[in-house]
Order: sequence, then structure tokens, then C-alpha cells
Amino acid sequence: MIRLEDIHVTFNPGTAIETHALTGLNLDIPTGEFVTVIGSNGAGKSTMLNVLAGETGTDTGRVLIGEDDVTRRSTSARAGLVARVFQDPMAGTCEDLTIEENLALACARGHRRGLRRAVDGGRHRAFRERIAELNLGLEDRLGDRMGLLSGGQRQAVSLLMATMNPMRILLLDEHTAALDPRTANFVMGLTDRFVGESGLTTLMVTHSMRQALDHGDRTVMLHEGRVVLDVSGEERRGMKVEDLLHMFEKVRGEEVDDDALVLG
Amino acid sequence: MSQIAILGAIETGLLFGLVAIGVFLSFRILNFPDLTVDGSLPLGAAVAATLILAGVNPWLSTVAAFFAGAGAGLVTAWLNVRLRILHLLASILVMISLHTVNLRIMGRPNVALLGEPTVFSAFEGLDIPYYWLNPAVLLVVVLVTGYLITRFLGSEMGLGMRATGANPRMASAQGIHTGRMTLLGIALSNALVALAGALFAQIQGAADITMGIGTIVIGLAAVIVGEALVPPKTIVRAVIGAVIGSIIYRFAVAFALNAEFIGLQAQDLKLITAVLVVVAMVLPGLRTKRAMQRRARATPANKGGQG
Repeated sequence: MIRLEDIHVTFNPGTAIETHALTGLNLDIPTGEFVTVIGSNGAGKSTMLNVLAGETGTDTGRVLIGEDDVTRRSTSARAGLVARVFQDPMAGTCEDLTIEENLALACARGHRRGLRRAVDGGRHRAFRERIAELNLGLEDRLGDRMGLLSGGQRQAVSLLMATMNPMRILLLDEHTAALDPRTANFVMGLTDRFVGESGLTTLMVTHSMRQALDHGDRTVMLHEGRVVLDVSGEERRGMKVEDLLHMFEKVRGEEVDDDALVLG
Repeated sequence: MSQIAILGAIETGLLFGLVAIGVFLSFRILNFPDLTVDGSLPLGAAVAATLILAGVNPWLSTVAAFFAGAGAGLVTAWLNVRLRILHLLASILVMISLHTVNLRIMGRPNVALLGEPTVFSAFEGLDIPYYWLNPAVLLVVVLVTGYLITRFLGSEMGLGMRATGANPRMASAQGIHTGRMTLLGIALSNALVALAGALFAQIQGAADITMGIGTIVIGLAAVIVGEALVPPKTIVRAVIGAVIGSIIYRFAVAFALNAEFIGLQAQDLKLITAVLVVVAMVLPGLRTKRAMQRRARATPANKGGQG
């Protein structure tokens, strides 16, 4: 169980640009559930992920991962519990390192890093096997610099890296938003496969209502820093994008004119 | 150039090869422009010279100098990581402070080591002339250091350090304590530079408060020259490149000073080195710009388009 309890986050407090990013957010995610998160710009989606990852501190509230209260733990200290794929393909990998060095970095997530060689024969073979699952032909390019890969390839590798070690929750931060539609589909397919195979507890932020309904078990909508809509099960199964849009408009009390949100 | 001049250039080149490896760690691996080295080189010299004069074993004195340098690096990194002072400023503050510290350690602006035992005099029984012996000892030191650094950067911890410099956000997400990695890396970098200072003092028979001026520029010049000669596709190549760059730089200096028709004198070196670093840093950018302009001209159809 992952629990966000009455989370408040304020940026630039006491200044003219003070922003209340989260205003009493509550969310429980049972183990093994795949939750998709939607909301307009500034609704607090990214802030919520950053609070879970430990990049953003909270004013009040608690973050529980299983039995552990991790509210005050740094990003690196909770990395053994939280795995993450960023929106920007450049952000999730190191372009100056080789593909296998990146995999080796991910392999040590949640473990002490010692002085053993990061890439040895055994690991090389294991990495070949794992990366072949992506069907991108990268198994023969393990020694290539990460920077040589396309955005889609890098996101696929990021996803593999995030799921290589056990974690309590997988955070996907609009991880297909920077990709062209075909590549985005491919990466979403991989996501469903990895999440499904291991029954990962997952939180995926997306701009696309289509994507939010087509994937996962439950959809949550954020507005002005809190959860305003939470659908799952039967109700969600019969839902169309228009229904969701309608609810979204009702919540906001205004017409939605964000094309990206409607068509995506 | 005479044989002694050539060996002298190699000797100084190898010595500053240690500095170049240190600068490579801070500037290239950690992306941390660290000027502390201008103070940690004389710090290493001061510690080693003072201890040797006090009768301490020269090997032990050299090791002490290594750790003194690590301490200086730790202070710089701590100012940056914990007190959040801009890295460049943090390193300048420590560099300036070290001037006082070095004077305090030596008790005066310079200390002579004439007739004292050094790590080099330990090999005098081998009956090899000093101009062969010194570069040979330094070669061993540089080879061992280069191997250890390369091996470290290929380890899990070393990979964590490289990720810290290349992509700190990703590094934290992977559970790497980026602050600790910065502390460790900058300490290691300055330890190597102080080691170079300790050996330098023992070779020239004196430690001097001014011997550190421009260390960072010389180290950076070596790294940049090395990158031009040996494209740093791997860590091994980058480390070898830094040492080779340092030696080539010394040869260029020796040549410029020996060629009378150029009319250069020793005091011109610092300015020339600075200009060399500027040119080396600007050139690659200019080259890409030229190539892009050429491409734009070659495809007039794209005029007004992107790029």
C-alpha cells in the first residue's frame, strides 16, 4: 500500500509568485494496482510524483510506502522503494555512458555501490538477455554511448532500467509525451507488458485521456492540487473519453479548450 | 633539444600528468570547476617538505601530503554540497585560505630540501643518473595512479560518480548519494594534485609558496590537449590522453623557450598557456558553426527553414 496523506506543497512561500501546488492531497494505492493520473497544467500531477520520489518536500502530510514513513527521506535514500521513468528521454539515462553502463547503474538501485567492476562478463550476458526483450536490436550495441540512441529507444531502455530491480512503486511521468505516436504506442505496449508480468504497483501521469482510460486499473483526476475524481472497476470499464471530458468540465466549471488534452 | 632537456620535459610532463588526472576528475567527471588545485599543489609540497625536514620518512611524508590534499578538496566540496556555495567560488575561497595555511605549515615562504632524503634518493644506490631516475619513478607513479583511477571509474561506485557529474537528477533517482560522490571525487582530485606537489618539491629540492600559481590552467591545458590528440571515447583513453597531453604541453613549452627566433621567455608562459586554453575551448565550437554554415549554403532550398 502506498499512501499520500493530506499533502500540502507550496512553492515560493511568502513571495509574489507563491503557488499552492498541492492542497490536501489524499491518495491510497493498493499493492499491484496500476493508476493513471490526469489533470490540466498546474493541477499538481508532476508535484505529486516529485513528492513520492522525494524531489519535492512537503509542508504538511505524510508519505507512506508500505509500513515506511518516507516523508523526510531524500530521493537517493528512498530509491530502493521508488523507480521512475522521466518525461524527457535525456533525463532518465546518462548519454555519456554506454548502454550497459546505464544498465549497471540501474542494477545497483537499492543496493550499496562497492568497488566491484560495474560491468563484467556475467553481467554483460545478463544485460544482453534483458535488453533483447525490447526487440530493438540493442543487444549488439551494449557498448555504444547512450546518446547515440533515439528518444524512443532511450525511453524503452529507461523503462527496462526502472523495472530491473524490485521496487514498491513505479512512477511514470508522461513518459511517452515526448515521442511520436508510433513510438509512444510501442513504449506503452512495453509498459503494459512489464507492469503486467510482475504486477507492479504503478502511478502513470499522462496528458492523454485516451491513454488514461486504455491502460491501468484506475484513473484519478487532479485539480488545483487535490484529487477530484477517482474511477475504477465497472464504472471505468464503460467509460469513454467524452464521459471523462464531461466530468472534467463539470469539475472545472468551464469549457475545456486544451486541444492536446482532448485529442490525445 | 638535448637528451637532458627531453628527459626533463618528460619528467615535468609526468608530474603534471598527476595534476591533469586530478583536473580530469573534477572538471570532466564531476563537472565541478575546481580551482582549489592552485592551493593544494603547494599544500602537498609544504606538508612533504616540512615533514621531511622534521625527520619523517619521505614516503610517509608524501602519503601525508596526499591526505592533506584530500582534506583541502573535502572542504571545497563541503562548502558547495552542504553550504550551497557556488562551486567556483567555494574553490576560490579554499584556494586563498590555503595560501595562509601553507605559509603556516612552512613557517616561511620557502623551504629548501637540499641534502635531505627524498623518495627519489631512496633509489640512488641503483647508480642511475638522476635525469633517468626521476622520470622513471614518476612513470611508475603515474601508471599505478592511472590504473587505479581507471579501475575505480569502472566500478559501481565510480559509475555512480560519473552519473553524478553527467546527470545528477537521474543519479539521485538511481539511489546515488550525489553529495557524497562530489565530496569523494573532489577530495581524490586534490589528493592527486597534492601528491604531485609533494613529488615536485622533492625533485626540485624546495617547496615554495608561489609554486601553485596557474596549476589549474596547466592541468586544464593538458586535459584539453589530450582530448584533441586522443579522443576520449572511454575512460582509459581519457586518462591516457590527460597524461600524454601534459607531456606534449611540456615539449611545446620547452621548444618555445629554446627557439630563440620566437623570442619567448619563461615569464611569458602563463599568458601563453591561458591563451592556449581559450583557443582550445573555442575551436571545437567554431568548427561546428562553420560546418553548419557550409551545410546551410549547400542546401539553399532549405533557406529560411530550421537550422
